[in-house]
Amino acid sequence: MSTVIITTAVITLVGVIVGIALVYTGKKFHVDVDPRESAVRECLPGNNCGACGYAGCDAMAAAIAAGEAPASGCPVGGQPIADKIAAVMGVDAALQEKKVAFVRCKGSCDVTHNQANYIGVRDCRSAVLSGINVTDCEYGCLGFGSCATVCPQDAIRIRNGVAIVERNKCVGCGLCAKACPRGLIDLVFVGNTVSVQCSNKDKGPMVKKVCSAGCIGCMLCTRQCEFDAIHVENFLASIDYSKCTQCGKCAEKCPVKVITPPAVKPVREEVDDGE
Amino acid sequence: MKSLILIIVSGALINNVVLNQFLGICSFLGVSKQMKASASLGMAVIFVITIASAVASLLYDFVLKPFGIDFMKTIVFILVIAALVQIVEMFLKKTSPAIYKSLGIFLPLITTNCAVLGVALTNVQNGYNFIECVLSGFGTAVGFTIAIVLLASVRVRIREEDLPAPLRGAPIVLISAALMSIAFMGFGGLSF
Repeated sequence: MSTVIITTAVITLVGVIVGIALVYTGKKFHVDVDPRESAVRECLPGNNCGACGYAGCDAMAAAIAAGEAPASGCPVGGQPIADKIAAVMGVDAALQEKKVAFVRCKGSCDVTHNQANYIGVRDCRSAVLSGINVTDCEYGCLGFGSCATVCPQDAIRIRNGVAIVERNKCVGCGLCAKACPRGLIDLVFVGNTVSVQCSNKDKGPMVKKVCSAGCIGCMLCTRQCEFDAIHVENFLASIDYSKCTQCGKCAEKCPVKVITPPAVKPVREEVDDGE
Repeated sequence: MKSLILIIVSGALINNVVLNQFLGICSFLGVSKQMKASASLGMAVIFVITIASAVASLLYDFVLKPFGIDFMKTIVFILVIAALVQIVEMFLKKTSPAIYKSLGIFLPLITTNCAVLGVALTNVQNGYNFIECVLSGFGTAVGFTIAIVLLASVRVRIREEDLPAPLRGAPIVLISAALMSIAFMGFGGLSF
């Protein structure tokens, strides 16, 4: 019985001494941190993905509090987080809608082909470095999945030879855009589902030769648009998102159906079809 | 004197904490992706284990033994080591922000490294005195640093290789660690 009492007493004593020591050092060695820093840190998602360019959410919070990073700097959190941080910092967050990756190529194996049989490392950058134009279309998706490899959210799949982004998984970090050697991946606002799914800047007949789904620069979409939002430059249609209302008339009229239709999430749907 | 050197060498190489005693595996595998990060972790571990074994030794000799409650050593060591790391962290933050920044996130992570507790308990089991405890702790931590930096350099090279798909990621790391462990068994034949 006495062992139990002694044990309890000694351990309690050690605990109390340790507690007092902690409180004392906490007071004695207190470092003043910017109170806004911890408040900003509270707002951030805390998964330390590093997509903002800082070492983690702590480093990002320090940078925001020091005024080195914008309040809307967290690509994962999007507008709600940016608003919260802006409230903490006392500034207006620049309007920032969530962005998602969009692959500007529709060249699946059904519509275009490879002209070379590349047997090196299964990586798009290696394929480009090999100096051989692997795909028929020299602008199109190589399909070796460098973008899928770097994606931290596992949101990109290579399906039938072309990269497909699952919009509901994508957090808009932009790592895939940097990884793509052909620069096919853009970040678009999640609300903009009408997009041109081609990057080929050759003239129509040349495009026709290599891919049956490519933009031939016929200008039908330009004439169709009531808002002057879609233009053809270098034989490739591109949409001015500041004017586009997502009406989808261009998509209806497009003879090669290279413009994704509005509202129905085009990318996600293709994935479902494949399965 | 000879026995003191032997304690350090034994802790660092012969009874390497990771590769021979299989303690502290989680940080060994977790933080060995980059050379730089693993070296910083190693420094933090040396720092913490040396201090922790000193404090644990004092506590055992002057508190637990006199009261005859040395069976409570595990619990008391956990309590004291956790608090100690906290105190060291606060102390460093105030007095030398440069060290604090370079150790960064690793300092609090070490609290949960079982190698720290393992060393303190092994020291007590071996009946070391205070100086022997400190040296043994230091040697063990150096051994941990050697192991993790070696594994990190192996992993940096593995990453560039075109491995068979089933071996990519964790499996090849475990295989590398196992081969390193076998290699370190060679130090068992070291004699003075």
